This record gives sequence, C-alpha cells and structure tokens, in this order.
Amino acid sequence: METQTITAQEIAEIKEKSVESSIEVSGSVALLEALIVEGVDTIFGYPGGAIMPIYDALYDYHDKLEHILVRHEQGGIHAGQGYARTSGKVGVVFATSGPGATNLVTGLADAQIDSTPLVCITGQVFAHLLGTDAFQETDVINITTPVTKWNYQVTDANEIPEVIAKAFYIAKSGRPGPVLIDITKNAQIQKFQFKGYTPCDHIRSYRPKPIVRQQYVQQAAELINQAKKPFILWGQGVILGSAEQEFKAFVEKSGIPAAWTILGAGAIPTDHPLNVGMLGMHGNYGPNVLTNECDVLIAIGMRFDDRVTGRLDKYAKQAKVIHLDIDPAEIDKNVKSTVPVWGDCKETLPLLTQLIEEKKHTEWLHKFNDYTRQEVELVINDELNPTSGEMTMGEVIKQLNEITKGEAIIVTDVGQHQMVACRYAKFNNTRSNVTSGGLGTMGFALPAAIGAKYGAKDKTIVAIIGDGGFQMTLQELGTIMQSKVDVKIIILNNRFLGMVRQWQELFNERRYSFVDIQSPDFVAVAAAYGIAGKAISDRDDLPGTLQEMLDHKGSFLLEVFVTKENNVFPMVPQGCSVAEIRLK
Amino acid sequence: MSNQDIDKQEFNITVYTENQIGLLNRIAIIFTRRKINIDSLNTSPSEVESIHRFNIVITETEDVVRKLCRQIEKQVEVLKVYYHTNEDVIWQELALYKVSTDVIAEKVSVERLLRENGARVVTLRKDYTVFETTGHREETDNLISILQPYGLIEFVRSARVAIIKDSDGFNAKIREFERLEPGEDVIENEFLNKGNQVFTM
Repeated sequence: METQTITAQEIAEIKEKSVESSIEVSGSVALLEALIVEGVDTIFGYPGGAIMPIYDALYDYHDKLEHILVRHEQGGIHAGQGYARTSGKVGVVFATSGPGATNLVTGLADAQIDSTPLVCITGQVFAHLLGTDAFQETDVINITTPVTKWNYQVTDANEIPEVIAKAFYIAKSGRPGPVLIDITKNAQIQKFQFKGYTPCDHIRSYRPKPIVRQQYVQQAAELINQAKKPFILWGQGVILGSAEQEFKAFVEKSGIPAAWTILGAGAIPTDHPLNVGMLGMHGNYGPNVLTNECDVLIAIGMRFDDRVTGRLDKYAKQAKVIHLDIDPAEIDKNVKSTVPVWGDCKETLPLLTQLIEEKKHTEWLHKFNDYTRQEVELVINDELNPTSGEMTMGEVIKQLNEITKGEAIIVTDVGQHQMVACRYAKFNNTRSNVTSGGLGTMGFALPAAIGAKYGAKDKTIVAIIGDGGFQMTLQELGTIMQSKVDVKIIILNNRFLGMVRQWQELFNERRYSFVDIQSPDFVAVAAAYGIAGKAISDRDDLPGTLQEMLDHKGSFLLEVFVTKENNVFPMVPQGCSVAEIRLK
Repeated sequence: MSNQDIDKQEFNITVYTENQIGLLNRIAIIFTRRKINIDSLNTSPSEVESIHRFNIVITETEDVVRKLCRQIEKQVEVLKVYYHTNEDVIWQELALYKVSTDVIAEKVSVERLLRENGARVVTLRKDYTVFETTGHREETDNLISILQPYGLIEFVRSARVAIIKDSDGFNAKIREFERLEPGEDVIENEFLNKGNQVFTM
C-alpha cells in the first residue's frame, strides 16, 4: 500500500499559494497539521503497530513538533499532565492500541478528577478488524468513557479535522479535562481532501460555562458585606480560570482570610498576609478549626472533596455558603450552598469585588494567627527545626525554600512527603505546585516533572518523591537521560510506605502490614542512567548538597534519608469533623 | 426501612441528546457507578431531527435524582435533562401477547376479556394470534394473568415512554441551542433560575 505522505514543507507551500484550495493528505498528516494550528509544541508518546502511520508522518514534522519518547505510556500521560499544569496549555499524548492505550487509563483518571486538559491520541486496529479480537485490539472507547470528559473513535480520515478541533475545544474550555481520540489505522493512512483546519468554538449540546446571574452576585455581596467572620476557600479553579489577579483583588478588598486546597496552592503567594494556609486532612490548624466558626464560607473553584471537608454532616453547619464554580454539577454536590454563583470565576470575581465593601477583619484574622502560633509551637517547630536525631521531611523542604526562595516549581508524588511538601513549600507564583490531588496516583511525580519542565522551560523543576512512589515509575529516568531533561529529584526516603504506616500506627495498633519497603541504591540507579546524584543522611550535609543539586547543570537525584516513623500532623482523622483536627 | 428508602419514589428522567455512538454507555454508567438500578430505559429519535430522547425511570430520592441529572447534563453531547415524578407525566408501556389462535377461536370469553382490557389484534395467523395493549405496568401485568390460563405462549413489554404534562416541547428550544449565546432558560436546568427559593438569609 502506498503510504508515502506529503511533507510538511510541501503543505506549507501549497497553503501559501491558496488558502481556499484543498489538498490530498493522509489522516496522519491532517492530525499533525491540526496540532500545529492548535499551538502544540510538545508531544509525549510511545509508538506501536497501530499508530505507526502517525509516527511515520511525525518523521517529517520533528522541527515543528517536539516528540518526547517516554518509557511507558503512563509516564507519557503524567508528563502530559505536568506540561498542562505548568504551561496552562493542552497536554498531548500519543499511544498505540491495546496495552498502549490501557496504560493511559490511570493518567486519564487522574486528569479527569484534577481537571487537567489533555488530548490523547491512540492508534486502533483497522476499522474492518474492530470487534474481531485482533492483535493489540482493545475496546478503548468503552474502557476510557468513565475517565474522560469526551472520547471519540475515528474510522475515516475525513472526520479528523473536525474531531481534533472538538477535542481541543472540549479539553480546554469550561471545566477542563482529558479527551481521548482513538484513530483506526486505516483512517491514519487514508488520503482525503484536506481543506485546512479551523479550531472549534461552539458545540450545540455543550455549554462550557453557565451564564453569570447578576442576582446571585448581588446576594453573595450582601452576605459578604454583612459577615463578621467570613472565610475564603479557594481551589484550582482560580488557576484553571487564569483568575489569579481577579482573585487577589477580591481577597485584598474584602480583607477576608483565605485558605487553599492543595491544587489551589500558589494562586496567591504563600506569604500573602491574607493567605492563612492549607485546608484538609493534613492542612493547617486554624483553617480547619475555624471552618466550623466562620459565618460566611466563600468557596471559589473548589469541589469540597472529602479530604477537605472531613465529616460532612459536621462541616460548617453554622455558615452561609457561597459557592463560585464553573461546573453546575459541583454546586450542592457535597455541601449545600446558600448562594450559588455559577460561572467562570474570571468573570464573577470582578463583579463581586465591585459590590463588596473594603474591609479589614483584623480581629478575625488574629484568630487564625493564634492557631498558627499553637501549630508552630506544637507541630511545625519540631518538623522544620529539629536539632538532633535523623532528618525530617519538613526540614528538607525548609532548606529548599531558603535556596529557591519560592521560585521553583515543586512536583510531588503521593503520600507523607506530598503532604509535607504542600504544607511547607513556598510558592511565589501560580502554576508552581504540580501534584496528584484527587486520584492520589503514586508514581505521578517523576514523569509529571519531565512534562512540567517542557511546560515551563525557564523554571527550576524540583520533584519531591517518596521511596515507594519513585519505584512505581522510575523507568522514566530513561526519558530524562535521552531527552536531557533538567529535573532535580529529591527522594525523601523513610524506608516505609509512610502514609499507610502512619494510619496503621494510629488506627491499626501498629500492625505494620506490608509497609516495610526495601529500595535499591537510588543514586546507583540514577548513575546507570547517566544522572548525577548523591545520598545524604547527615543534617550538616543538607544545605550544601541541596545547593549543589540546584547548581548542577542538568538533572540530579538527591536521596535524603529521613527519620523512619515520623507522622504528618495536624491530622483530621477519617470520619471526624474538621474541628476535631489532631495536633499529635 | 430507613428514612431514605421512604423518600424514594419513581422518577422519570427525560434526556435530549445528540445522536452519538457511545452516549448510551456514557449515560448508563452515571447510574451504575453509583449502584443505582435503571428500572426502565427507552431511547428513540425525538420530534426534532437528529435529536434523540431518552426516557429513564429510576427509584430514588429527589436529592439523588437532581445530582444525577446534573451529571448527565454535564456530558458534552447532552442538550438538556428534566426529571419528573409520576404525577407530572403521562406514561405508557406497550405490551405484546402471543396466544394460540385455536384457543381464542374456541373460547369466546378470551375475546371479551381482551376487549375489556383494551387489547387489539396485531397479527392473526392460523397457529397463533398476537395482541397488543398499552398501559401502566399493573394493567399489562393484569392481562398476563388473565391470558395465562389460556396458554399464553410469549409476552414482551416495552420500556416506559412518558410525556411531560408541563412542557412546551423541544422544537423551539433547539434553535436556541444552535445560537452561540443562547438564553438562560435553555442552557441549564430550571433549578438555576429559582433564585428566591435558593437564597435564605
């Protein structure tokens, strides 16, 4: 079969001659042309039989589309997520059919629950083989339906321009999410008349954002103006909506203390005077306790996850709740709102800011500060400033802050180190905290850090990973090696699956069931990939080695042996109210 | 029985969608994910070209149904979702009954029974006759028990179809949907516009 495709240069020439005319190209070339118009510059992927025609076309596009060869499709999709989170653009991932596609599922679920915009392209067997149990055939559309915002199978090349346009529009508009397009091999090869690519801006049945209702904005403003003890909770919606400035203006005019969910971290700087800290199970003391004391709770772009609310029937029952969200399905899903402010917070926040009175809630803010003082005394001091014994996770983060000054992008995996990093890392900028929030995917950080670097090339990327999570996707060291990605990796090694161990200690009478994990010599593993590294266990070596890591040209792995049985506190035990947060 | 069970009742969920492969699955898993049984499901082209209409019946509390409807309406290819109690709709199910023609011919009482139950003949053959009736579940069930003694050979019943009593239909709405900036009333479920009922100080 003739599969030789026209080159990118030839297409450019033809296009220049006449915009109106159509040219005959393969489905694969049309796909790549579409990606270019959508502003895609980086693709994370892994080739295979059913996606070979696309990779063949990609051969001629390497100057326009940088393809990063990952070591596993899960690594590819997490890299795509990291890229999307730091750049604000849509992450693009290629995988082949069958196992290639099923390896994407964890990343899709992660992106779906964390609202990360992705377009994943999977190859599929020839259309005439669908349903025959062909080699590497799997029912990708049905497997991925629950974990995608939208998915579609293309069996004819003529569909490609329109479907790719829809894919990008759906992935990035409204509440973003992952989209998967499954393209059968015949459609990739098939030549058709390509009339150029037009991005999509409207789908009849799809409403990316609700219309803003002025009456609710007014009601919300009335409530805020009357409030004595108002409290703001913000989530990733502020970042996804690029509404950081609007949010800051709202917070500063209202003078209301504001706390963040882990995905919202960084939308306003850590040391902003009205930023009172982190919400949730391992969040700060004040924000949790005072949730049950405030009179008006203003939730912005967050979804009241159970890790944030603790026991729902004892959550902020005394408060009037104002909920700003772009997704109507989130309103009243977990917490009943008094005033639902539907809409894009980039639009609703300025309207609200206009209507509220300028205030300073000094006394109320002092309450937060009082709780902070207690938390510092009883928890934070020991975690950040230990003078004897083994190192703690917290002091590593504190030292890191002192060197990076809050300018680095911090990518974390899942577990104790994640909670410690989110609690103590300093963020000056938005889009600097990349973590797996909703799904809690161990193995997320290393590949996500690779993608994060491509999404923010001028930034320092520091991946903070536990010894357990690192071993789930450490094959991506190969990607770092081959593509020369500058990622600094800190492994906080406590020789335990620490978070599960913590729960077993607190709730299962120290019955440590399969949490004692052994690890290889991580520095030697890195060295085998040509990545520089060092392991330290002495406190005195910490500042110098961290500096060495950050000064190092290229990637670097730093393994820090930390104390084995530290617990992350404060903690809201499962099934307890946020007011029952424990300090020890 | 818990309080929640007492609050449960039948709800008729009406979904207007694009005609798209895979959408049935996308809607069905919204129920199955939450371990909610679908009592009845009917999908068919609506009165508007290229728009399909689903009628789904489940037994749940209104709170759950409202959340489910929001999740359904969130799907890209779903235009609009409504939910109604049985009091708010007129509904019917269609049933077919296959009975031996000999029995019918011999026993006049059968014919009378069928007439009394509003059944009509669809097919009349030497060996068998097919009757059809429409009605609520109890009515079609009733005819089964009536025909059983006369050698009912086969029986089948359709899913429920329901017409909403208080509805202006979808013809006018579809033009609104096609606009880039449609009006408030078509793009979200009615709940969003009931401001005064939501807001209490």
